[in-house]
Amino acid sequence: MLCVRDLGKDLRGFALRDVSFDVEDGDYFVLLGPSGVGKTVLLELIAGLTTPDQGKILWDGRDITYERIHRRRMGLVYQDQALFPHMTVQQNIAFGLRPKKMRPAALRARVEELAADVSIGGLLHRYPGTLSGGESQRVALARTLATEPVCLLLDEPLSSMDTQSRSDLQALLRSLHRKGHTVIHVTHENKEAMALASRVAIMENGTITQVGTPDDVFHHPKSEFVARFVGIRNSLKGTLEASENGSPSKFVSGGLTFQVTSDAPTGAGFLAFRSEDVVVSESRCDSGTQNCFQGTIVDLAPARLGAELTIDIGVTVVALVRSGAMKHLHFECGKTVWVSLNATAARYIEK
Amino acid sequence: MTRTFRTKPRIEPLYLFFTFLGGLVLLFIIAPLANMVLHTSLGDATETAVDPEVLRSIWLTLWTSMAATLLLGVIAVPFAYLLARKRFPFRRLVLALVDIPIVIPHSAAGIAILGIISRNSPIGSAAERLGFHFVGGAAGIMVAMAFVSIPFLINAARDGFAAVPVRLEKAALSLGASPTRVFFAVSVPLAWRAILSGFILMWARGLSEFGAVIVVAYHPIVTPVLIYEEFGAYGLKSARPIAVVFIGVCLVFFIVIRLLAREPNDAVR
Repeated sequence: MLCVRDLGKDLRGFALRDVSFDVEDGDYFVLLGPSGVGKTVLLELIAGLTTPDQGKILWDGRDITYERIHRRRMGLVYQDQALFPHMTVQQNIAFGLRPKKMRPAALRARVEELAADVSIGGLLHRYPGTLSGGESQRVALARTLATEPVCLLLDEPLSSMDTQSRSDLQALLRSLHRKGHTVIHVTHENKEAMALASRVAIMENGTITQVGTPDDVFHHPKSEFVARFVGIRNSLKGTLEASENGSPSKFVSGGLTFQVTSDAPTGAGFLAFRSEDVVVSESRCDSGTQNCFQGTIVDLAPARLGAELTIDIGVTVVALVRSGAMKHLHFECGKTVWVSLNATAARYIEK
Repeated sequence: MTRTFRTKPRIEPLYLFFTFLGGLVLLFIIAPLANMVLHTSLGDATETAVDPEVLRSIWLTLWTSMAATLLLGVIAVPFAYLLARKRFPFRRLVLALVDIPIVIPHSAAGIAILGIISRNSPIGSAAERLGFHFVGGAAGIMVAMAFVSIPFLINAARDGFAAVPVRLEKAALSLGASPTRVFFAVSVPLAWRAILSGFILMWARGLSEFGAVIVVAYHPIVTPVLIYEEFGAYGLKSARPIAVVFIGVCLVFFIVIRLLAREPNDAVR
């Protein structure tokens, strides 16, 4: 089990501060955050390539903050793979095995076994310069797995890949996880986190703002930043007010009043809701608990599941309309429509 | 109305002019050398090439410069790695110090070296007691050659190491390699071409050294000094064949080393 406690490091331009989280054995822990928040530095700290200004890193209760790199057995895989260009794939994979002084036949067998595990058996005699992004990443994984790391540290492992290799590699990463590897995976793609993580941590401005299961983080974001980052398209600024008859409460934004369910104290905050929870219709909806507003379509963007409509209802909201519904309804820019939102679908976030 | 179109791309007059300037520069380099070679008859050249005194001096020049390069190279390459990778106080001052031998007159460099290794100096007298003669010996020649040529190796190797991505070294460390193994298995092989260029430059600079060597050791006589001596005593016609033979021998060595050092997997970098 890896424990990171109050880790901090000053770097030119930005700083990591108060970073704390735990990774259980067998976890697939995804660190999710935009570029430049210090995710790579955090991995380098765990790997031991750099030392923190403050804080501690513990492995199974043992302080490894200042332990030598090669004694930690943390397997770091860089974003650009950092394969040795002057060595063949075989020599790259064997690099981490050599100090163990294996016999040549055993070494060859082990390299072949590792290559087979990541399906690159046919590439052993190639040089890295001739490999595709997906192939390079597999070689980098095999090379790191050769050292039998206690924990795999992956820095944006899927970023330089086309869609097909990306999903193939995701499947490979899932299978490594199933085999019992503990993985810390850094990315800025919330879809990757959704597809792979057993736990997710959100990084923002050099610190971790929320940790939890993907379900937790994706459906119960604790801040507006997290909400936006996990793909919740709508987040309105406003104030929560108590309603006259107790529940549900009222959220006031841009002159509009939304019915919401929240136990939070009144005050300034955000209302976050997913674009798929916004219902668009041509006529007025008349349900008591639903928030219903009239507005104008200002933009219409075709999306994989249908179309994304940007609608001005006094404030701007984004709605996802499924392809099935798009066929029946004739939406176009400038058209007046009705927008409704179930009170339970919207989440109030305190500022 | 018909218009004619140019079928060939127009030649920009400016670049034509630059090409002309380039031709002048090349001529400036080639003309004296070509003139020298053309004024040397094959008979003179072969006669010189078998002259024992000339052969002895060429051999002496080649091996002292080679030995000086290899001996100091072993020390200089790790130092170049430090200069490329580490940030330390007064780094810029150290970089400037390394360049000093390039910018000072070489006769002055010879005088400075002589002061250190002469029989009156602590180092010189200590060596003397051990039966080792710097002044007027091959060792003195090597020190003079190394002094004036070492910056070329250090600078070339430093640039080579600086061009190796730090990530590759970090990746090697995280794969469990010791810093020593990272240096020899990753950094040196990847900087190899630059290091080799440095070695060749240092060697070439050393074997062509005249000023510092003549101050430290007139005898045993190295070829640049022999050429000068021959010119002083018997004139241009007599010095020319030695110069031609020496240049020819050096060129053959450089070409052979370059060919031997070509790596098959250079293309993938």
